[in-house]
Amino acid sequence: MPVTETVGQATIDGLAYLGDLTILTGRSLHAIAIAPFQGQRLRVQRAIHQAMAVGVGAVPILSLISFFIGTILALQSAYELRRFGAMGFVASAVALSMTRELGPLMTAIVVIGRSGSAFAAEIGTMKVNEEIDALETMALDPVHFLVAPKFLAMALMLPCLTTWSDFMGVIGGSVFGVGAAGFTFVSYIHATLSSLVIHDIVTGLIKSVMFGMVITAVGCQEGLSTGLGAEQVGRSTTSAVVKSIFLVVAVDLIFTLLFYFTASR
Amino acid sequence: MDAKEMERNEFEGPPDDGVAISVRNLRVRYGEREVLHGISFDVKTGETMVILGGSGSGKSTLLRALMGLEKPAGGEIWIGGKNMCCVSVRDMAELRKKLGVSFQGGALFGSMTVGENVGLPLREHTPLDDSTIEVMVRLKLEEVGLSGYENFIPAQLSGGMKKRAAVARALAMDPEILFFDEPSAGLDPIIAAGIDDLILKLKKAFKMTIVVVTHELASAFLIADRMILVDKGNIIAIGTVEELRSSQHPRVRQFLDRVPEPEVSEDEGFLDRLTENLHL
Repeated sequence: MPVTETVGQATIDGLAYLGDLTILTGRSLHAIAIAPFQGQRLRVQRAIHQAMAVGVGAVPILSLISFFIGTILALQSAYELRRFGAMGFVASAVALSMTRELGPLMTAIVVIGRSGSAFAAEIGTMKVNEEIDALETMALDPVHFLVAPKFLAMALMLPCLTTWSDFMGVIGGSVFGVGAAGFTFVSYIHATLSSLVIHDIVTGLIKSVMFGMVITAVGCQEGLSTGLGAEQVGRSTTSAVVKSIFLVVAVDLIFTLLFYFTASR
Repeated sequence: MDAKEMERNEFEGPPDDGVAISVRNLRVRYGEREVLHGISFDVKTGETMVILGGSGSGKSTLLRALMGLEKPAGGEIWIGGKNMCCVSVRDMAELRKKLGVSFQGGALFGSMTVGENVGLPLREHTPLDDSTIEVMVRLKLEEVGLSGYENFIPAQLSGGMKKRAAVARALAMDPEILFFDEPSAGLDPIIAAGIDDLILKLKKAFKMTIVVVTHELASAFLIADRMILVDKGNIIAIGTVEELRSSQHPRVRQFLDRVPEPEVSEDEGFLDRLTENLHL
């Protein structure tokens, strides 16, 4: 096949995939926001169960990773700042990096690994076992029943996890700040809070919600399009993780550009 | 009665009373490949219709089309006075509440207990309270011989028990039509006989319309009122058990007498096929 055809086909396939994700997201949002007013109940219990798995279950690993990232950020920024005698800016470097970028991104990557893959595996296995067909024959829409609660759980938990990640990153940075950069814990926290404006935190949280929607849409779409057999479930799970990471970074770029060009200062 | 003896006129409008399912010129395609080639038949209200056929004959595709899981490329499927092929999403949902399906592997939801599986349609589609649903779940499990298994998860059940639990779930909404996909598949003869007994019991007690897809001849002859034999996407025979048993159609006889496909010996082409694309 000529290269132009390969590129063209890949582009068409990519756009079709984005279309599928959009349709799935739209149907889920309809199930969450509109269907309850049309007599179809929202499955809050399932959403809570999912939120526990997505959110509470991720706290330990996310705490550790964010703590380490915060310490690494402090070290890396100190490398350059000490040349200018500006070690006092370590706290703000860590705070701004965590809240604007690394907090949401690292949280998304941890959640992709834990929950995005789990969504694909769960729904893919259900597809292979004809459980999705069983739902349809019982007049239960699989998107309303399975996917929408996951969207709701992610929309609630990603901002919470991101906030916790930001906090743990700051604490991680404070270890270096107090130990080797001449801060006390109180002065480090004071410097952190002084450097942050609400815009920094809000942009990070908006990104986290968008990341959550991407992770859920990709994980569930891969699960629903699983082919027959256990091998296909494995393929779907791997594909969900890889595509989620790529799309999360792409969405990150888009929103970072948006916030940059719409920032007032 | 062989398929050639059946003359079906072009069909317009819903079928007559007394017919639960009416299929006219049903065509189903997977991509470019047509799997069902214009199938037509009726299933009368209250009868047990068994769809027989070998592997790859199209019988499972036919069942999936009847259940609304495959979108036909052409033709009509009338159930409950509605043409499934062009019904609205809301009407399809209402229609599906009158159908019960028992899948080949059971298709029980692994994250729920047996009781939660059986009660799911009631919880989602009726305003009944939890206590009433629990009583109804126990009743349905009693009907299929699984009393006391409400709190078991599907992984704790044997193959036969999973099938029974799946039947209980299919019965939850007291359906008008019950579909079975290979009810005896993967079961030992004793357990399979138990499933046949269950189908006969349901047939006698509830007089519901039952459609069974199977390739197990012994089961089929036991439970069927009428049978359809599907071969390569076409119906080659339809009739009562005795009519099929006495059919002289060569493919019908081959299937019922369990005669294997003859080996075609082509000396000239055989070696070419074996060594095709190999660098020897």
